[in-house]
Amino acid sequence: MGAETVLKADNLKRYYEVKGGMFSKGGTVKALDGATFKLEAGKTLAVVGESGCGKSTLARLVTLIEKPTQGELVLGGMDIASAHSKEDMITLRQMVQIVFQDPYGSLNPRQKISDILAEPLKINTKMSASERREEVLSMMSRVGLRPEQADRYPHMFSGGQRQRIAVARALMLRPKIVILDEPVSALDVSIQAQVLNLLTDLQEEMDLAYLFISHDLSVVKHIADDVLVMYLGQPVEHGTRDEIFSNPQHPYTRALLSATPVADPNRKKDRIKLVGELPSPLNPPSGCSFHPRCPLANDRCEAERPVLASTSSALVSCHAVEEGRS
Amino acid sequence: MSLLDIKNLSVEFQTAHGLFRAVDGVDLEIDQGEMVAIVGESGSGKSVSMLALMGLLPWTANITADRMLFDGIDLLSISKKERRQIIGKDISMIFQEPMTSLNPCFTVGYQIMEVIKEHLGGTKKELEKRAIELLGLVGIPAPETRLRAFPHQMSGGMNQRVMIAMMIACNPRLLIADEPTTALDVTIQAQILELLGELQKEKGMALVLITHDMGVVAETAEVVNVQYAGQQVERQDVVGLFDKPQHPYTYALLNALPERATSKRLPSIPGVVPGLLDRPTGCLFNPRCQFATDKCRKEAPDHASKVLCHYPLVDGKPTNNHPGVSASDVSVSGGAV
Amino acid sequence: MSEVQNTAEQSSVPEQISPLRQQFREFWFYFSENKGAVVGLFFFLFIVFIALFADLIAPHSPDQQNRDFILIPPFWQDGGSIEFLLGTDAVGRDLLSRLMHGSRFSLFAGCIVIVISLTFGVLLGLSAGYFRGFYEVIVMRVMDVILSIPSLLMALVLVAMLGPGLRNAMIAISITYLPHYVRLARASAVAESARDYVTASKVAGAGTMRLMLVTILPNCMAPLIVQASLSFSTAILDTAALGFLGMGAQPPASEWGTMLAEAREFILSAWWVVTFPGIAILLTVLAINLMGDGLRDALDPKMKRS
Repeated sequence: MGAETVLKADNLKRYYEVKGGMFSKGGTVKALDGATFKLEAGKTLAVVGESGCGKSTLARLVTLIEKPTQGELVLGGMDIASAHSKEDMITLRQMVQIVFQDPYGSLNPRQKISDILAEPLKINTKMSASERREEVLSMMSRVGLRPEQADRYPHMFSGGQRQRIAVARALMLRPKIVILDEPVSALDVSIQAQVLNLLTDLQEEMDLAYLFISHDLSVVKHIADDVLVMYLGQPVEHGTRDEIFSNPQHPYTRALLSATPVADPNRKKDRIKLVGELPSPLNPPSGCSFHPRCPLANDRCEAERPVLASTSSALVSCHAVEEGRS
Repeated sequence: MSLLDIKNLSVEFQTAHGLFRAVDGVDLEIDQGEMVAIVGESGSGKSVSMLALMGLLPWTANITADRMLFDGIDLLSISKKERRQIIGKDISMIFQEPMTSLNPCFTVGYQIMEVIKEHLGGTKKELEKRAIELLGLVGIPAPETRLRAFPHQMSGGMNQRVMIAMMIACNPRLLIADEPTTALDVTIQAQILELLGELQKEKGMALVLITHDMGVVAETAEVVNVQYAGQQVERQDVVGLFDKPQHPYTYALLNALPERATSKRLPSIPGVVPGLLDRPTGCLFNPRCQFATDKCRKEAPDHASKVLCHYPLVDGKPTNNHPGVSASDVSVSGGAV
Repeated sequence: MSEVQNTAEQSSVPEQISPLRQQFREFWFYFSENKGAVVGLFFFLFIVFIALFADLIAPHSPDQQNRDFILIPPFWQDGGSIEFLLGTDAVGRDLLSRLMHGSRFSLFAGCIVIVISLTFGVLLGLSAGYFRGFYEVIVMRVMDVILSIPSLLMALVLVAMLGPGLRNAMIAISITYLPHYVRLARASAVAESARDYVTASKVAGAGTMRLMLVTILPNCMAPLIVQASLSFSTAILDTAALGFLGMGAQPPASEWGTMLAEAREFILSAWWVVTFPGIAILLTVLAINLMGDGLRDALDPKMKRS
């Protein structure tokens, strides 16, 4: 198992046109600027980065809410550009579902849990009401909710339980790929562990592929098989978890790792200090978009945009690594 | 004498469903130049206890304490006017959301100068000079131009720096930071935490850091208070807390961290923090505690002890003649589910 | 697996009562905090009762003219009679009976106006907030135009075009109220459309109609219901005003506004013929306004949390 590639993205781009206001100029925001990756069944790819790095845009593209400006996206062997008929859309949609960050905003407050869970079935299948009900109850027990909770409203549940409901909803159509958009960052540590365990169990049970979007590196280290580090819409480093965590190469990856607090007071480490703020995506720096904050930057970084290139371990997009400067 | 001395602080709220005890017998002692972290999950009452100290709770809150002294002044008995003299000048507080803590209608410079004027006074020239100095101190590039910027023109990290500048404007002796970096990105979080640490050392301030992030605690604090469901369950210095947690809750919380996991399956804590309607009898943690006995379910542990537990842990094993838990049961620690 | 660790979490749901009852209980808790609202509610129910059973409880027929008892004062004044508790008008009709029957017109007009303006307002506002773009601009600017004309004047013009009568008056008033509903519905729809649960429905493949009516609409209703309850009273006032101006219900209908218009000439000689319809309007409108205030406290989440 695990050999089947369920998601393939090739040079995926998404640009937004921003209209100029009365006092401001318009422009193009390159929210996602060339993401290339593959995802296999039963594996987890973590997409890591700070705000504005394009991870949420990526989620919107993969879940078919938005269409890419450019690039190829293949879900389970089917290119989304070739899908036009309603049947094709239903097939695609059954393949990929999403779990959101905020368990309070992602469930309709006016719908019962059973209705929330049955909605995907109602829209996409021809099941009868009793079949749907049965399916809902079996999914609820799978994520650790009791059948009598089916007729309650979301506000009667705690954050952790709501996130279980959101996971259950995502799995109703038996998707192959689940996008997890910061699924545990709004939860307390003890609840976070419960949900992470649930996700691990479900992945093993149903051979799911996870696209795990997160800014929390300790969670990523725990759950991911592969890691894609993004900065300002561009991938900067892509490799297996061990490559990224034990031998980070891109200066941004290194800074990110060193900035992440570690729950061990005895480990006093030298922190790589990143100066400055994240630049505005409306007006990104020239060349390598990381160069104004990068300790290794030189003239070439300012002028020329690096591309992802294979190194001894991961794929890295950096002139300094390529040239062996450090 | 310590700078801040709180003994047995309790805060109760009148709600639609009855009385809710948000803070239950919390002690806090902090010396000049010391850094204490208060850790807890949501609902642990960590923010409420500090808001009570600041006098920022709504009138529905009923605050009681055996002792609440700041530099020898009894905060419980002083008048509102006297309290205003202390709050904002000697005690300051930074909040989680930098974007909403600043007034969007006024420039950053105006808001800083307003604070200085209120407490220290001075001419417009002096105020401006001091504001520029402060903005520079918190690491804002080109402070002269930033004075005229509005909060929405700056990033979250910059706004949090402005907040800090405002709060240290009057050289407070105690600074309370309520989740100051939770809304910020990791690289910016590192910058802000470093800044707070530096300022604290430089100015000899006492700093109370409220957070839920164990990583932040480990990297910044000296002494840690762990709170659970409004109660203070453990107080230790940071190295001891992470190496030898004594309360089962601290122990379980640390084990639930993904970075401390030894297997793919995390040892999680079952259940949730008790709310208003499902407060257990006895020890508040007993329904979720792997070591709970009948004694825990009946009797609440003594508030006076350093660890709020009948059977404080040593090396992850309960002591005090705990019945019936053998060493082999303990080592699995909740991962058995 | 996860069931085991979840048992304690599940016990946290406090009471096992049906959600509807719990919602109502919560609603009543906040509503009853406002004492004026409770008084308003009971007075309103009283009016509804009278309107429903006017045929049974009214002492006389509203149109029966008693030629022998013209302009009889209320019973406590000299010359008053127990038979006509609040006196009679210029053609000898019993004032109390006419007021009781008149409540039917007022409540009916209020209800119809609300139903028409709420229905069309929600449809226009929801679609504007959902589709955005050019369609939204058109809808909202038309509403702005309607808003820019004084509402009573607008209603008068519309009635003049459609022809006087209670039905046309109600249509005209509904149109003048439309912009309020459209604006509210649009604002809520815009806010709700951005929420994650709407995106989740989209990912599940929900179509436009389903998203608008099943997913978004129920979450926009609270402010609309409050607005409806508050404009109920203005609808009654405007109907009465149009009646008074001769553009609403036509005589001999016992509509309160029309009654006032008929009695205008007796304002100095027989105070009761003008005063009682006026008081009826005043009390009804006041009761509904008080009730609407309580509704807002109970339903509007923004007010609730403050």
